[in-house]
Amino acid sequence: MSDVPQTIADASDRSNSLFDMAVRHRAILASVFLLMFPLIMPFKALAANILIYGLYALGFNLLFGFLGLLSFGHAALFGTGAYFCGIAIVHFGLPWYVAILIGTLGGAGMAAIIGVLAVRTRGIYFAMVTMALAQCVYYLFYQAEGWTGGENGLRGINVRVIDIFGLKFDFLDPLTRYYVIAAFVILALFVLSRILASPFGAVIEAVRENEARARASGYNVMLTRLLTFILSGAFCGLAGALAALHLSIVPIEMLHYETSGMVVMMALLGGMGTFFGPFVGAAVFMLLENLVSLWTVHWQLIVGAVFVACVLFFPAGIWGTILRRIHK
Amino acid sequence: MNSQSDADNGVILRTHDVSKTFGKFRALKNISASFPRGAITSIIGPNGAGKSTYFNLLSGAFPPSSGRVEFEGRDVTNVPQHKFAHMGVAKSFQITNVFPLLSTRENVRVALQALVSCYDIWRPRAKLPGLAEKADALLMQVGIWHCRDRVAKTLAHGEQRALEIGMALASDPRLLLLDEPTAGMSPEETRVMMDLIVKLARERTVILVEHKMKLVMGISDRVLVLHHGELLVDGTPSEVRQDQQVKRVYLGQREH
Ligand SMILES: Nc1ncnc2c1ncn2[C@@H]1O[C@H](COP(=O)(O)OP(=O)(O)O)[C@@H](O)[C@H]1O
Ligand SMILES: [Mg+2]
Repeated sequence: MSDVPQTIADASDRSNSLFDMAVRHRAILASVFLLMFPLIMPFKALAANILIYGLYALGFNLLFGFLGLLSFGHAALFGTGAYFCGIAIVHFGLPWYVAILIGTLGGAGMAAIIGVLAVRTRGIYFAMVTMALAQCVYYLFYQAEGWTGGENGLRGINVRVIDIFGLKFDFLDPLTRYYVIAAFVILALFVLSRILASPFGAVIEAVRENEARARASGYNVMLTRLLTFILSGAFCGLAGALAALHLSIVPIEMLHYETSGMVVMMALLGGMGTFFGPFVGAAVFMLLENLVSLWTVHWQLIVGAVFVACVLFFPAGIWGTILRRIHK
Repeated sequence: MNSQSDADNGVILRTHDVSKTFGKFRALKNISASFPRGAITSIIGPNGAGKSTYFNLLSGAFPPSSGRVEFEGRDVTNVPQHKFAHMGVAKSFQITNVFPLLSTRENVRVALQALVSCYDIWRPRAKLPGLAEKADALLMQVGIWHCRDRVAKTLAHGEQRALEIGMALASDPRLLLLDEPTAGMSPEETRVMMDLIVKLARERTVILVEHKMKLVMGISDRVLVLHHGELLVDGTPSEVRQDQQVKRVYLGQREH
């Protein structure tokens, strides 16, 4: 009996080091999964949607899960990214890759504006201020009909061919489209992984763990919050830009507060503060939405019930719970 | 080295007529005092005397309602908290204040990092040179190196307090401010902590807040007594011990 624990200890050591290795290469593992995802997903357009909303949730999670700030106004960042990308193509005839860059910068810029006004507040006040400002953004885009199409949304974002280094890809083919979007999402995953492992990533953790101590240690907490918000805005702006290309329209609903609420649900479903949780959350949310709405119009009720059950029984989220099980 | 009659170059920190009000309540009333460089100065007084409030003004947690704070001859009254570590002032809180879910070593490493890199989002943090070694050296100095890989919240109370001091030392401060560093400690832990403080004070100025008078009399060069937000006495330990008002305050407290 006495030598058994030894073996167990060895085995658990090994699984822990395997776990550590997986953590170190999390961006690669996540990318491999996203590349294989369409093979198990019958609906390619839905798969691309999951990618986009997963990226949106990832950007949100940087602020919510890693820094600990709950925003109820992230639709403004996602929507601004989409509109800026769409406007760049529709009104200025810019190439798709420039439009994506503009969308990403648009999300970051909008985050900077909202952030400057919001980062002084915390907790429920931060949630309220971001929500109120996001409503202002909604109103602005709604009113600027000449640019945004107002209520009808911005139409005519027709990108048919994606050309990179002389290679041409048919963007109308669902699978090709998925992989074009996946390329950007994977890039974002590597950037996020890099940020989390950077010195600034350590500051984000420190501020989440204990603001007063972070401040006493010499960190500018307010500026840390603002910069994280801007980074979050860049990821969400990129997601919005990809959504605009994918849908070839930007519906005004993208700026609606429901879009802000949805990303909170996705992050919680997947597991706040986990690297891959946002994609799991987005996938579960969107699959539920799509499957349940096939047989009942009350799909929101069902999704809501699943969400409540999840928050009550798996507070760490689906992915967070899985990680804990493996780690133990 | 710590004579009170020293000219200004012997003074590291000074408050001019500082007051603090919370709503209508005056927690501190017009306190002027100077703190000699290289000494241990203790701020004592019964609970609720205003020690932590005064401590917060000295360490930049919030500005006074009126009056002025000077560090090394420079007005720091409205300097935000996060700049203090960079100026050479560090503190530990009355209530234990660590990064609970980070490892003990990461706690100190993050504190060290504040002086070299705050906003770099690209380089791997593990590549910042020398931080891990410095963190280990600090953990050794405060006597909790054996806990380095444990999550901070699992440390014993005394170990967490030591960790906090290790984090405060990360900025190699010229002035170390400690608010009741032995609060909630066992007698054994308290003795270890006091020894550590004396050792640290050999290389830097220490200002110590404490409500247990006996604990600090033996190690302090100078003692300020606060009571009801006022500075009651400011003198050497023996002067303070013989002061009639102080006796009354501390005896009065015992009756309650
Ligand atoms: N943030 C605050 N708001 C209102 N009253 C406060 C605040 N902080 C301290 N006080 C009051 O100021 C007085 C002094 O408190 P404090 O400085 O913490 O005393 P000590 O540290 O000497 O025990 C107490 O009566 C306390 O209730
Ligand atoms: Mg106190």
